[in-house]
Amino acid sequence: MRYSPVAMHIPDGFLSVLVSIIFWIISAAFIAVALKRVSRDLGEREAPLMGVLAAAIFAGQMLNFTVTGGTSGHLLGAALAAILVGPWAAMLVMTAVVATQALIFQDGGLVVLGANLFNMAVVGVAVGYTVYRLVQNLSGGKRWGMLAGGFLAAWASIFIASLSCALQLSLSGTSPAQIALPTMAGIHALIGIGEGLITFGALAFVLGARPDILSNAQAPTKNSRGLLVGGVALSLLLAVLSPLASSHPDGLEWVAEQSGFLDAARAPWFNIIPDYVLPGIQNEALATILAGVIGVMIVLAAISGLNLSRRRQTVAEEA
Amino acid sequence: MHRLDARVKLVLVLAYVLTTALAPQGAWAVYLLLFSLVTAAYILSELPLKKVYLRSLIALPFALAALPLIFTLPGPAWFSLKLGQITLTASTTGAERAISILLKVWLSVQAGIFLSAVTSRNALLAAMRALKLPRLLVSVMGLMWRYLDLMIAEARRLLRARASRSTSSPLTGQRNGGKITWRANVTGGMAGSLMLRSLERSERVYQAMLSRGYDGESRETRHHPLTGKDRLILFSGLVVLLGINLLALLWTL
Repeated sequence: MRYSPVAMHIPDGFLSVLVSIIFWIISAAFIAVALKRVSRDLGEREAPLMGVLAAAIFAGQMLNFTVTGGTSGHLLGAALAAILVGPWAAMLVMTAVVATQALIFQDGGLVVLGANLFNMAVVGVAVGYTVYRLVQNLSGGKRWGMLAGGFLAAWASIFIASLSCALQLSLSGTSPAQIALPTMAGIHALIGIGEGLITFGALAFVLGARPDILSNAQAPTKNSRGLLVGGVALSLLLAVLSPLASSHPDGLEWVAEQSGFLDAARAPWFNIIPDYVLPGIQNEALATILAGVIGVMIVLAAISGLNLSRRRQTVAEEA
Repeated sequence: MHRLDARVKLVLVLAYVLTTALAPQGAWAVYLLLFSLVTAAYILSELPLKKVYLRSLIALPFALAALPLIFTLPGPAWFSLKLGQITLTASTTGAERAISILLKVWLSVQAGIFLSAVTSRNALLAAMRALKLPRLLVSVMGLMWRYLDLMIAEARRLLRARASRSTSSPLTGQRNGGKITWRANVTGGMAGSLMLRSLERSERVYQAMLSRGYDGESRETRHHPLTGKDRLILFSGLVVLLGINLLALLWTL
């Protein structure tokens, strides 16, 4: 009955129990925040709005177009939902969709539901929303910006979600990173184009028929926060991926090694985190991950500090 | 089995799936026990086994992704395949791992099929609420299930409308026309139309709920306390699964 469009619903047995539990906790946290936010923003109309939209997204995943011969492109809908109703409502909508697929249709496991929710409901929505907002800001809110943003957001949501999926598989030892990452990334880079095109068409339709819906979605409440969360999630993800991806030296380093000018580089004055590895921790992979996470935290603190100081400035100016 | 309280069924199925996940690789006796458990459940519920097995094949495509493990996991060599210049060596541990994963997937899917076959949607929602899932989430899922058939029918109508206006047909053997971007755009329009309809329908649904006294709070019926029989089945089910877990633990020692 159901076509399984996006090859991202992990079945039970593929992830280790530890990884499953970790991602259950992460997803539960995000969903809890989404529940609070949505109650505040949407109020009473939240349940019918999200319920019917969830049904539409589920049904929308059946819509396909032929790519070549036997293959067809499908829609996941995370980015589209985020653009139409905002990130937090979209997160709940996608949660309902993915949970229903797992519970009723056995498309995706129950123990690994937390991980599937993370990939599709959290990462898919957050990345889609972040990219859409970025393109909107860059284009100054023009119409072409909305459409292009929709395409890019949809593509990114699929692509990054597939990276997250590959990460979970390799962390569980089910599939080594060297196989899982390029396979998932490669396939979903292509699938993402299909998602992007469909989302583009959908947005064009909505813009033509009911432009007020999209402009309503433009007036968000506290949405820089959502952006930050999306960006942070993305960076953390990539930080964790880096040691697993490959141990090949950086492109530039490799060239430098080959050409013999590696030694010409001067050693820096101070070594806070030498070679991106925290000193004192044995496991290199773990150390790299920690270094990445700490680095992201520092950047985050800097951004927050900048925001704070700016706010103080504007308050001082208004006073 | 159909008459069993939904809360008991939900908890037992979740415990079952968790036990399957915890089972170590190659614990064949454990898998056999789990298989007999789920088969017994099916027999007790008088469900047609053939249909169930057919439905469990849904997980097969993704499960095949576990096959490369045969060759990638290091271990004592079993056999070698020569593909042109590449020699793939299969390891016994890799094969064991791959087969274990396939079996686990199959068992878990069977458990899931069981749950959805013997539990009504409303009962399942009530059970989720009883297990303390957030109220808003359960109402969203409830409304989603309520309108799912409607939306799926709408999607089917869109697909049929497109098919009846397109040039490709099994009779003539002609292919779809236009560039792929055009086709994707058309599909996008269909998706957009579906989304718009759902948003406008939700508006009407909300108004209907308001006019019937909806105030944002979804109330639920009071849960009956579990009967003695329910409690007995829940307890014995959990004990059996615990026993299987202990067996699995001993296996690794």
